[in-house]
Amino acid sequence: MKMAAQAAGLFATYDIPDFFCELLNRGDDIPPSGLQLVRDRLAHFDLAELRRRAAAVEAQFYRLGITFTVYSDREAIDRVLPFDVIPRVLTAREWDHVERGVQQRVRAINLFLHDIYHDRHILNDGVVPRDLVLGNANYCQAMVGLDVPGGVYVHINGTDLVRDREGRFLVLEDNARTPSGVSYVLEDRQMMLRLMPDLARGLNIRPVDEYGPRLHRALAEVAPTGVDDPQVVLLSPGIYNAAYFEHVFLAREMGIPLVEGRDLMVEEGRVYMRTVAGPRPVHSIYRRLNDDFLDPQVFNPDSMLGVPGLVDAYRRGNVTLANAIGTGVADDKAVYAYMPRIIRYYLDEEPILTNVETHICAECEGLEYTLANIERLVVKPVGESGGYGLLIGPHATQAELDEFRALLRANPANYISQPVISLSVSPTLCPAGVEARHVDLRPFAVTGRDTWVLPGGLSRVALRKGSLVVNSSQGGGSKDTWVLAS
Amino acid sequence: MTQVSVFPAPVMPGLRNLLSRYAESTMWLARYMERIENLARLIDVTSTSVSATNPDAGWDSVIRINADEGLFFQRHETAGERSVVAFYITDSDNPDSIVSMARYARENARVLRPLISTEMWMHLNVFTRWVMELGPDDVGASYLSTLCTRLKQDCQTHFGITEGTLYRDQAWLFYILGKNLERADQITRLIDIKYHTLLPSGVGIGSDIDMSQWTSVLRSAAAYHAFRRVLPEGMTPANIVGFLLKNDGFPRSLSTSLRSVYSVLGSLAGEYRLRHCAPIMERIEELRVTLVEQTVEDIIMRGLHEYMDWIQRELRQIQNEIAHAFWPPAISVQSIGPGHMEQMQD
Repeated sequence: MKMAAQAAGLFATYDIPDFFCELLNRGDDIPPSGLQLVRDRLAHFDLAELRRRAAAVEAQFYRLGITFTVYSDREAIDRVLPFDVIPRVLTAREWDHVERGVQQRVRAINLFLHDIYHDRHILNDGVVPRDLVLGNANYCQAMVGLDVPGGVYVHINGTDLVRDREGRFLVLEDNARTPSGVSYVLEDRQMMLRLMPDLARGLNIRPVDEYGPRLHRALAEVAPTGVDDPQVVLLSPGIYNAAYFEHVFLAREMGIPLVEGRDLMVEEGRVYMRTVAGPRPVHSIYRRLNDDFLDPQVFNPDSMLGVPGLVDAYRRGNVTLANAIGTGVADDKAVYAYMPRIIRYYLDEEPILTNVETHICAECEGLEYTLANIERLVVKPVGESGGYGLLIGPHATQAELDEFRALLRANPANYISQPVISLSVSPTLCPAGVEARHVDLRPFAVTGRDTWVLPGGLSRVALRKGSLVVNSSQGGGSKDTWVLAS
Repeated sequence: MTQVSVFPAPVMPGLRNLLSRYAESTMWLARYMERIENLARLIDVTSTSVSATNPDAGWDSVIRINADEGLFFQRHETAGERSVVAFYITDSDNPDSIVSMARYARENARVLRPLISTEMWMHLNVFTRWVMELGPDDVGASYLSTLCTRLKQDCQTHFGITEGTLYRDQAWLFYILGKNLERADQITRLIDIKYHTLLPSGVGIGSDIDMSQWTSVLRSAAAYHAFRRVLPEGMTPANIVGFLLKNDGFPRSLSTSLRSVYSVLGSLAGEYRLRHCAPIMERIEELRVTLVEQTVEDIIMRGLHEYMDWIQRELRQIQNEIAHAFWPPAISVQSIGPGHMEQMQD
């Protein structure tokens, strides 16, 4: 389908597939004025000019070292996350919906975590299977009975959203451990305003630069009670971590020290950092280190990255960890399937953002439905990540389908199934011109006393034609996400 | 068990003390950048002042200034222009090469990214990456001077950006500390090794050969024009040594560097109430007294080499005491990579 109305300029050859297009095929007859303005301005851009600007952006990212790092034997190789200069635009109404949905989800996740580490009502009431939670690899015994400040377990949450053929937002997964990518949101915006000022001029775009102060405030709010001027630090695995740039970025935005495990010490259940003036107390730690590495006395004894005694200090209430330990249960693939029920259970509300329709094979109906419709479904094992052990029905051979039916019957509790989603697309600068590419969206929610959602979030784009994979390791890039204020 | 708190309350509320690891990295960033600049200047001067009849003469002194005789002669038979330039610019197995030092500077800069200005980082990011990619083709005799000029200029650009953008707190003071300790170290090495080339040989004093050797020593320390201005007619070996050691107006003289180290420690002790500064300041004061109370003729007569050697040992001791005071062994023993391993040496 060619677009008639915009069959000019940059979009002259834009061939919209049969998907929801964020910019050009939204199903609304009269798009909001801001969105229309972006369309028109873009249409008048010259392709060569757009490419010049894209090249300038890439060079600038490289000079600035806004990179993720890949390590070979000897050298550290800095890669720039590909950045597309055509922004992804969300209207005020769309954003209002996403924002409320994310806040609701975070509220439910925090209540769920508190419950499963205390009275376990939700398990006793049979809403979520007991084994699924208590037998989960990410369930942490050290958290049982521990009260965390404000009942907040997930201070920083990333919710991965996609849009289907009708443009409905669906939750693909929750990231309740150490979600990353927010630095790109802020850097992309700065770069965008510098290199495409003519595209943004006069538009009322919600700013993103509040993220650092908001996060700092939230981390101070959840510091142990009785501390007047809490010392907040960011705990990083160090310069060899692929996400080191983001750690640097966030520490700078918050104006706090970026520390490594060896900079911290625990004495009599209190945490200190080593400074030129001697040890100084630390109250709140934004840790970008996985649970397993936090404290060699409690978790992985070989970890050189953590701080011996940290969990003890945490359990004594002398220091706050953000996110809390053991939050991985909440973003588990199998628990995800129960999230709509979890929201109804704790909040007595309907989920604002719905899950991708998910069939839980541990349940009879789910298993039957999956077996009967397997050729149209994606079947995922719950314990795996990174797309391992997954069956994509429409692409599978008869033998593979049969094999999976057998696997399902043998161990149904290990599987969920979902329909194949027709992800939305967004016009993207590609080697052959401006083409449609699939996108997702990761909004970031920051929770201290209340939950604040950064307007927009990380829009990832699958740069390979037809690809649904947006991960940076597999040819994904990012786009600036503009939330229109009205 | 007596209950003695090891952790006194902060002296000044609101004061954020510098992380020990940052202090260490700041100091070493300054030292490596200073060292790269000095080495580039020395190579440049050596390559332009070699005699036409014996082009390889003089290159061995570069090796001796850096005390690299052992490693160098394991890798090369003779000390000529090609071998020395390769060893000191592009040989990544030589920890004292410019490529290696750029790598260490880069690692320290990466550690310091949360602290330093974006402008500082961006320049270091581009500069160190360029240096690390230098290959044998970039250091041919005909490009050598241009290359050295660019290396020096990039170091100076770094110092300028730092001066103009780094926030003036403890980090800045550790930076100045590192830079001046390195200058003190470099100037005494240079004098120690080069002094003999200043002395009259078979040819008469004041002949062309002597003069060119003298000016090249001054140029190696970026001191030629300053010296001319102060002592337009007084170019003697003793005056040159005296200028490099004792002149209070020359930015790279030993006395200027020591004065700066002393004053920085004074600020750390005074404005920031850091402990352990006093004994280090005393040690520097002793060094300064020996400089002030002896004429350069006295120094030479009593043994210039012995004096330079003693100062070198004292400088190492000062570096160790600073490390012990501000980044005690508990954190220093864990290295973060080859860069820090090097830093532990000396």
